[in-house]
Amino acid sequence: MKIVVPVKQVPEVSEVRMNEETGTLIRDGVPSILNPFDELAVEAAIQLKEAHGGEVTVITMGPPQAKDVLLKALAMGADNAVHLTDIGFSGADTLATAFTLSEYIRKMEFDLIICGKQAIDGDTAQVGPEIAEFLSIPQICYVRKIEISEDGKHVTAHRETDEGYEVVKAKLPVLLTATKGLNEPRLPNIMGIMKAKKKPFEEVTVEILGTDPDLLGLAGSPTQVRKVFPPEKKEGGIVIDGDDPAAAVKQLVEFLTKKGAF
Amino acid sequence: MTLKFDIDACTGCMLCIKVCNFDAIEKDGDKVKFDLHKCVLCGSCEEVCKDDAIKIERKPIDKSKLADYKDVWVFCETVGDRLRSVALELVTKGRELAIDLGEEVVAVIIGQDIEKHAQTLIQHGADKVLVVDGKIFADYTTDAYTIAMTSLIAPRKPSVVLFGATGNGRDLAPRVAARMGLGLTADCTGLSIDDERQLIQTRPAFGGNIMAEIYTATTRPQMATVRPNVFKPGEPDTSRTGDVEKVDIEVSPLQVRTRVLEKVSEMVDGMISVEEADIVVCSGRGIKDPANLALPKELASLLDAAVGGSRPIVDLGWLPPAQQVGQSGRTVCPKLYFALGISGQIQHISGMSSSDFIVAINKDPEAPIFSVSDFGIVGDIFTVLPELISEIKKVLDAR
Ligand SMILES: Cc1cc2nc3c(=O)[nH]c(=O)nc-3n(C[C@H](O)[C@H](O)[C@H](O)COP(=O)(O)OP(=O)(O)OC[C@H]3O[C@@H](n4cnc5c(N)ncnc54)[C@H](O)[C@@H]3O)c2cc1C
Ligand SMILES: Nc1ncnc2c1ncn2[C@@H]1O[C@H](COP(=O)(O)O)[C@@H](O)[C@H]1O
Repeated sequence: MKIVVPVKQVPEVSEVRMNEETGTLIRDGVPSILNPFDELAVEAAIQLKEAHGGEVTVITMGPPQAKDVLLKALAMGADNAVHLTDIGFSGADTLATAFTLSEYIRKMEFDLIICGKQAIDGDTAQVGPEIAEFLSIPQICYVRKIEISEDGKHVTAHRETDEGYEVVKAKLPVLLTATKGLNEPRLPNIMGIMKAKKKPFEEVTVEILGTDPDLLGLAGSPTQVRKVFPPEKKEGGIVIDGDDPAAAVKQLVEFLTKKGAF
Repeated sequence: MTLKFDIDACTGCMLCIKVCNFDAIEKDGDKVKFDLHKCVLCGSCEEVCKDDAIKIERKPIDKSKLADYKDVWVFCETVGDRLRSVALELVTKGRELAIDLGEEVVAVIIGQDIEKHAQTLIQHGADKVLVVDGKIFADYTTDAYTIAMTSLIAPRKPSVVLFGATGNGRDLAPRVAARMGLGLTADCTGLSIDDERQLIQTRPAFGGNIMAEIYTATTRPQMATVRPNVFKPGEPDTSRTGDVEKVDIEVSPLQVRTRVLEKVSEMVDGMISVEEADIVVCSGRGIKDPANLALPKELASLLDAAVGGSRPIVDLGWLPPAQQVGQSGRTVCPKLYFALGISGQIQHISGMSSSDFIVAINKDPEAPIFSVSDFGIVGDIFTVLPELISEIKKVLDAR
C-alpha cells in the first residue's frame, strides 16, 4: 500500500500574540510545529503500513524551514519525504497549494492520500478536498476510523458528521482527512530521529516540477488578502463574586433579561 | 479553458454521453463528438473517461467577463426532513448583498422530496429557488452534490455562491471550487460588497488572533463558506413571492464513488447541535464527574439550549465528539454561551469567542475565560448552578 501524507508546518497558535499598537501578529519566538491534525494523518499512515505493508511518503510545500516537519514525520516512521520549496510557490491560497501538491502527487504511484482535517493557522479544511478533485479521486473527510478491506482494494471509514458519524466505503485510490479520535500519534524516539536523516529526501523547485509558473504561488491564487486587522476587543465584562450564589445569580439573570439574551 | 479530445485514445465506451448534463456529446460512428457550444466544461465526462481521452484545460476567467456573472446564490443544506438553520441565515444575509448589488437571491436545494422548503426560503428573502430532486441525492455524497452544483453554476453564472460552514458544506465547497478553478474563502464571519462590487469576505485566522479581509478579484463566482449562527435569520415575510424551478440533473450511480453504508446519530436525549443552537451550555473539567452533567443538562433543557463540552470532557467520553466546542471541535456562535468550569485556553476560546453573550462561572478568579466573558461569576458551579436553574425557572414561569 502506497500512502502519501501532505503535511504543513504551522505556528503554535496558542502562543501567537497581537502587538496592540501596530495591530500585527507577534511571531517572534513562537514555535513552529507539525500541524496537529497532520500528526494524526502521519500516525494513521504508519499504522496502515505496519498492518498491510507498503510505503509512506510525506510531502510539504513551504519555506526551507518547513523541512523540520518532514524530518519529524520521518522520525515517526514515514519512509520518504518531498519538500516543494521555491519562492515561486509562495503566496499560494488553498487552490494554488492544492494544485501544486497535486502536480507532484499525480506523477507518483499511490493508493491512499491522508491529509489533516485542517491546518490550525488558517483552519480552512480546503486543501484536502481540492487535491482530491485535481487528482480526480474520491474523498472521505473528517475520518475517525480507517479500515482497509482484505483484498486491499477498498477503504471503509467512519466520517464525522454534524449529528454523529457515517460509515462510508470507497474503492482506492481515495483521499481521507484525519480528525481527532483517529489515533494517538507516537512520539519519535532517538532511533527514529537518527534514521530520519538518512531517509530519501527530495527537494523540488518550480523548474523541477515543470508546471506553468502562472498557475503556482500568488500568480495562481484567485483569492487575495486585502487587509488584516485585530479582532474587535470585547469591552471589559462584569465579574462578580459568587460567595452569595443567590445574590450573584439574581444579578446575572437581571443582566441577561435586560440584554434580551434569552 | 478548453476541452481537448484525443480521438485516438477513445475506445467508444459511450460513458461520457450518459453523464453529460448539457447534451454536448453525441455518438459519432464508434466514437463520440463534442458540441463545444453546448459544453460548459463541467468536467463530468473527463472524470468518467477511463481512457484519458478527454482533458479540460482550466485557465482563470478573463476579467472583462466578470460582468456576465450576476446574482447571489445560497446552497441550502437539508438534514433529515428539515432545512439547516444556516440556510435561512444565509438567505437573509444574501438578500442584503443582493440589494447592494442590485441583483437577486437564488436559493439552491438538493436532495429528495425537498421542494416543500422552497416557500420558506422565499419568505426569508430568496427571489428564486432551484430545486434538484432525486433519489441519488437522498444522502449527501461529495460526488453527486458536486456534479449538481457545478452543473447549475456553469451555465447560469452567479456572481456569489455561499455555503454554510457545516461538515458537508466544507466538504462540498472546496470540491466545487477546484473543479471550476475558483477561489474559496473558508469560515467567514463577515460579508459585504465594496465600491467596486467585490465581495469582501472577513474571517478569523491564527486561532482568532487576527481577522483577514479576503476578496476574489478576477474569478467568478466568488465563493465562501460562512459560519452558522453569525448572521441572524430574518422574520419570514409570508407575502413574499418567488419562482421555483425544478432542474433535472442526471447523475449515474457510477459517478458516485463513495457509498454511505450506515448513518449513526450520536445525539443523546434530544440533544441539539452546538453549532445550530441559539444558546449553548458548555461544561469543562470543573464538572468533575459525568453524573454531575445532570445540572447543565437541566439548564439546557429549560432554555432549549445545546449541551456542549470542552475537550477533556469529550476525551473522557462524557459527551459525544459532535458536542465539543473549540479548535479541534466545533466553532459556535450562539446568542448566549455558558462556560461552566472551563478555564478558557486559547483552543477553547477560538471556538466560542464570537458568541453574542458569554457567561462564565469558575472558582478561579484568574481563569482566562473571564477575559472574554460579558458576565462572570467567581464561584463554585455546584452552588451557583442550582440557584441559576431555579431563578431562570421563575423568570420563565412569569413570562
Ligand atoms: C491542538 C489542540 C487542540 C485543542 N482543541 C480544543 C478544543 O477544541 N476544545 C477545547 O475545549 N480544548 C481544546 N484543547 C485543550 C485546551 O488547551 C484546554 O486543555 C482545555 O480547553 C481545558 O479544558 P477545561 O477548561 O475544561 O479544563 P481545565 O483547564 O482543567 O479547567 C477547569 C476549570 O474549572 C474550574 N473549576 C474546577 N472546579 C470548579 C467548580 N467546582 N466550580 C467552578 N469552577 C471550577 C477550574 O478553576 C478551571 O479553571 C486543545 C489543545 C490542543 C493542544
Ligand atoms: N503547504 C502545504 N503542504 C502540504 N500539505 C498541506 C499544505 N497546506 C495544507 N496541507 C494539507 O491540507 C490539510 C488542510 O489544510 P488547510 O486547507 O490549510 O486547512 C492539512 O492538514 C495538510 O494535510
